[in-house]
Amino acid sequence: MMLGTLFLLSSGLFLGWSLGSNDAANIFGTAVGTRMIRFKTAAIISSIFVIIGATVSGAGASHTLGKLGEVTAMSGAFTVALGAALTVLWMTHFKLPVSTSQAVVGSIIGWNFFSKSPANWESLSTIFGAWIFSPVLSAVFAFIFFHIIKIIIDNSRIHLVRLDSLTRWGLIIVGAFGAYSLGANNIGNVMGVFINTSPFHDITIGNLLKLSSVQQLFLLGGIAISVGIFTYSKRVMLTVGNNIFKLSPLTAFVAVLSSSIVLFLFASQSLKTFLVSHGLPSFPLVPVSSSQAIVGAIIGISLAKNLRNTNFRVLGKISLGWITTPIGAALATYILLFFMQNVFGQTVFTVG
Amino acid sequence: MKGLFTSKVKVLESNINEFLDNVCNAGLILVEGVKAYIRKNTERFEQSYNEICKLETHADTVRRDIKQKLYYNMLIPESRGDVLGLLETIDTVVDTCEKVLEQLSIEQPDIPEEMAQDFIELSELSGKAVDSVVQGSRAFFTNIKMVNDFVNKVHFYEHEADQVEKILKRKAFTTDKIQQFSRRVHIRYFAEKVALVSDVAESVAERLAVYAIKRRM
Repeated sequence: MMLGTLFLLSSGLFLGWSLGSNDAANIFGTAVGTRMIRFKTAAIISSIFVIIGATVSGAGASHTLGKLGEVTAMSGAFTVALGAALTVLWMTHFKLPVSTSQAVVGSIIGWNFFSKSPANWESLSTIFGAWIFSPVLSAVFAFIFFHIIKIIIDNSRIHLVRLDSLTRWGLIIVGAFGAYSLGANNIGNVMGVFINTSPFHDITIGNLLKLSSVQQLFLLGGIAISVGIFTYSKRVMLTVGNNIFKLSPLTAFVAVLSSSIVLFLFASQSLKTFLVSHGLPSFPLVPVSSSQAIVGAIIGISLAKNLRNTNFRVLGKISLGWITTPIGAALATYILLFFMQNVFGQTVFTVG
Repeated sequence: MKGLFTSKVKVLESNINEFLDNVCNAGLILVEGVKAYIRKNTERFEQSYNEICKLETHADTVRRDIKQKLYYNMLIPESRGDVLGLLETIDTVVDTCEKVLEQLSIEQPDIPEEMAQDFIELSELSGKAVDSVVQGSRAFFTNIKMVNDFVNKVHFYEHEADQVEKILKRKAFTTDKIQQFSRRVHIRYFAEKVALVSDVAESVAERLAVYAIKRRM
């Protein structure tokens, strides 16, 4: 029973692993690549905070994803996660820019088509809107932060050595925040499809810590992301960040801060409650792509520097990925579901 | 851990300041040494020469210490190469100042009265070029916007030093106070040597201008 459950969760864990190996580079890539922070330090910090973010604040964004398509059979959830994971792996293999969030949404839509259950158009439009809005918002934040930090540095007469030390600490702090936001926002991608079929039961540890079945699922997903960070992200970290625009440690700080805030805004239930209770406009809780958020931030910085040294070809390639990823994932999942149902005789959806 | 890290930063900052103080002092000692030599104040001149020798050795020690700290503690990885390049090239200013006084001490050129003021002026201009390049280097670490102002000053003083050097060389070959051709050549050689200090300062300033562009956010 346990082994069977683990096997069916394995595609989600695999997706978690690939998210960890790819997306941790968005947070600590430049810091590690420029040798400001050791890989080991970056991996430990990001693993801890990804797990905390996933377990504590992962529910909000996952809920929206769950509404998009309520995958009601465990084998169906397995196939959806596998379809997304294979799309991510395939696109990474061919060095195409890929977003785990878009792959998962594409996979769920593939499941919707296969099971002939209509997609929740309200959720879909919210998710699409967030995909467009999140990089734009990230670019705006980065543009503003870049100018603020430039003014501070130009007027504070801070010594280069001290600035380096402060930047290092800044990168660690925003990296931890970024990892927390990544866990909170993106755990839905990894484990969201398994929520309706979660094999776990609520547990209480020493009358203090209560973990719901969904939190246990997210904890497992968080661990899978951490394994991805430790085992595979170093390569990605050492090569990331300089494709569109060469980032310095200071501009990396701006980029990570901006994209982390965006991920946090689209993941924090308490912030949403706070904004709503004060009559302010709130953000929908949607899994957004950390890669696109960081790309948005880099564009913001590049705009602040009058688009000097910006590689527009890479930008075009990334934009193309926004269309190819969900379509590719939807197709892959549709085909996999067909095989799962007709070749392996598995129930991939329940009619109800 | 934070305290340890902060102390490393403070020590390195003070090492860099100490090194730049040494370069600045080398320029001042050069001027004082040349003046003392021209005014035939041998005791004062030898004192300046000894001072600059000690200073040069100390500057080398501090520079090596900075280099070791930068690599050992993995500090400023992004600008490390530029900082070390800057410190190494600015160190040649100290070496050049020392060499001028050393050669004056060894070769003891006989400088006619009518050229005394020009030599003093030339050394002062070279000293000002050194002072400006040191200020530019300090600005590189703390106030990047100001670097260009100091680089421009170095260019100005170097150009002025060139003019005085030419005047001195012409005088050396046209004056009737010197009879021997070898003495004329000797004076030309020393005019070039003192002016070389401003040339070296200018080449440091050119590097500094590039490093400053790279450091801008």
